[in-house]
Amino acid sequence: MAQATLETRENRRAWGFVTPALLWTVAFFVIPFVVMAAISLATRKGRDIVMAWNLDNYITFFEKAHLLKGLFVSLEITFTVTIISVILAYPLAWIIAERVPQKWQRMALILAILPFWTSYVVRSYSWLLVLAKNGVINNALLHIGLIAEPLELASTRTATVIGFVHFFVMLLTLTIYANLVQMPPNYRRAAADLGANGFQVFWHVVLPLTLPGIMVGAFLTFVLCIGDYITPQILGGNNELALPQVIMLQLGRRADFPMAATLSIILMAVVTLAYIACARWLKMERT
Amino acid sequence: MFRHVSTGKTRNKLLGGAATFLLGAIAVANSAQATEELNALVWCDHTDPALIEPFEKKYDVKVNLKEYEGTGAGLSIIEQSRPGDWDVFVIDGVDVHRAVEMDLLAEIPADALPTSDLFPEVVMAENNVVDGKTYAVTEKFGYNTISFDKTKVDPKDMEDMSVIWSDKYAGRIAIYDYYLPVIGLVGLGLGIDTADLGADDMDAIKEKLFAMKKVSKQVGEVVSSQTALATGEVDILVGGGEWITAVLSEDKPNLDWVIPKQGGLRWAQSIGVMKESAKPDLALKFVQYILSPEGQARLATSSCYWGMPANSKAGENLSDAQKAALRWDDQPEYLKNSQLYPIPDADLDAQMQDAWVEMLQQ
Repeated sequence: MAQATLETRENRRAWGFVTPALLWTVAFFVIPFVVMAAISLATRKGRDIVMAWNLDNYITFFEKAHLLKGLFVSLEITFTVTIISVILAYPLAWIIAERVPQKWQRMALILAILPFWTSYVVRSYSWLLVLAKNGVINNALLHIGLIAEPLELASTRTATVIGFVHFFVMLLTLTIYANLVQMPPNYRRAAADLGANGFQVFWHVVLPLTLPGIMVGAFLTFVLCIGDYITPQILGGNNELALPQVIMLQLGRRADFPMAATLSIILMAVVTLAYIACARWLKMERT
Repeated sequence: MFRHVSTGKTRNKLLGGAATFLLGAIAVANSAQATEELNALVWCDHTDPALIEPFEKKYDVKVNLKEYEGTGAGLSIIEQSRPGDWDVFVIDGVDVHRAVEMDLLAEIPADALPTSDLFPEVVMAENNVVDGKTYAVTEKFGYNTISFDKTKVDPKDMEDMSVIWSDKYAGRIAIYDYYLPVIGLVGLGLGIDTADLGADDMDAIKEKLFAMKKVSKQVGEVVSSQTALATGEVDILVGGGEWITAVLSEDKPNLDWVIPKQGGLRWAQSIGVMKESAKPDLALKFVQYILSPEGQARLATSSCYWGMPANSKAGENLSDAQKAALRWDDQPEYLKNSQLYPIPDADLDAQMQDAWVEMLQQ
C-alpha cells in the first residue's frame, strides 16, 4: 500500500516535470502543425481562400514542374553541402583533437567556430562581396595571372554551396570533435599492437567509432540546409529556386497560404524521412 | 574586511549610478516620446528619415513604417494584420481598385487633395477614383525600362527592346524581380500593349521570358539589382529606370537609362487612408504632407530610390541637378511613350506568376 502511494506520488511528480514541456510542444508545435495541415487542404480561388478539404495542392505540386524542381534543387544543394562539409570538417576536427596540444584545443575550437559570432545575413552578404566579379577571389586570381577573365562565382549555385559549407563545417567540426575526444586512446593502441598500420587503424577503428558524430552532424546539416531561405536567396541570385524560396513566393507574392502550407508539409515530410533513416542507422549501429 | 566594505560601497555607488541613469533615460525617453503614432504600410522610399521627420516634428507623432515590395506582398501583410493596424497604405496605382474591392481604403474628400497641381497625365482618375469617389492619389511615378552602364554597352543597342533576350550581352544582364513590369516590357517588345495583354499571349511571353533568363546573370529585388549594376556585376538591368540610376547620379554618372522605341512601362504609386484607421484625420494629414511641394521633393529624391513627383510644384524645391537626374524636362515625351502596368484579373495574375516562377527555375 505504502509502495503504491509512493509510486503514485512519484508519477505525479514526473508529470509535474513533464507537463510544462508537453504544453509548450502542444501549443507551439502540435496545434500549429494541425492548423497548417488543415490549411494545406484548402484552395486559393481567385483572391479568396476556400476550405475545400481536398488534396488539390499536393496534386498541383507534383504536376507543376517548376514547383517540383524546387524540391530537387533543395535536395541537390543539401546533399552537396552535407558531403563537402563532412569531408572538410573531419580532418579539421581530427587535427584539433589529435594534433593540437590539449591546452590549446579550447582556443582552436573557438577559432574554428569564430564565424558563428557574426550575423548569418551579414555573413551571406560578405560572401557576395568576396565572390563578386570585382571581389576578393577574382581580383586575387587576376592579379597573379591565373585567370584572364573574372570567374562567374556570385549568383550561382556554387556561391550558395560555398556560403552553406562555410557555416556547416563549423557545426560538423563540433559534433565530430566531441566524438573523437571521447574515444579511449587504448582502442588505437590495441589495433596498432595487433599489427594494423596507421590507415588501417583509422579505417577499421577510428572512423567506425566516430560515425555517430558524423551522422548526427550530417543530419543537423541536412535539416538546417534544406529549410534555409536566406543563403540561396542572397547568394543564388534567383537563378534557381530552392523549396523554401518557392514557399516564400507563395506567401509574399500570392498570399496563397494553402499552397505554402502544402509545400511546408512536403518539406517536413522530407526532413522526417531523413530523421527516420538517420535514427534507424544509429540504432542499427548500436545493436 | 576592508575589501568587503569597499566592495559594498562600490556596489552602492554603482547601484545609485545605475538608478540615476535609468531615471534619466526614462525621463529623456518620455520627453522624446511622441503623443501619437501612425502606422503606414509603404514602399521603401517612404522610410527615408529626411522625408518622415519633418512630419513627425510638425504633428508630434511617431510614424511607424513597414515597407513591402509588390502589391501581393502588401495585401499579404494586411491579411495577416488586425483591422485598424494600418492607417496609411502606399500601393501600386493600378492596384487601387483591387484594394477598394477588398474594402481596404477610405474615401478621401476630393477638396482635401491638391489635384490641380498634379501633372495631368498622372492624376489617373481611372486608377484612384471608383464610382466617383476618390480613394487614393498618385504621389510618385517613373518608368520600368532598361538601365545600363553606358561605358560598357552601346547605348544605341538599348533603344531596341529585343536586346534583353538577344545573345549580344549574354551574362551581363540582370532582371528586376517583379513579374508585372517585366512581363509588360516583354509584351511591349512583342508589340502587345499592356492594356491588351491576355491569357492568349502568355505562351509567346513565356518563350521570351525563358530566352531572357537564358542570357541573364541574375534576377533580383531593388537593392541587389541596383548593387549589381553599380558594382559592374552586370551592365544592363531589365526593368530598371530613373528609380535605379538617378539616386546614383552623382557617384555613378556612367549609369543611364532609356525608353526603347517599343516603349516603356510607367509605374505610379498611389497613397490612401485605410478604411479601418482609428486616426483618419492624422492619416489624411500625412497624405497631404506627402503631396505638398516639400514632401514631394523629399519623396522624389528619397535615399531608397528616386522618381518623378506627381505634384508639378515640387520642382520649386528641387535643385537643377536633381531635376536633370529625374529628366524633368523630358517628361512630356516619356509620358507619351510609356504605358501603365498590366492589370490582370485573378486568373491571369496566377498565370503570370506561374510563368515567372517557371522562368526563375529555367
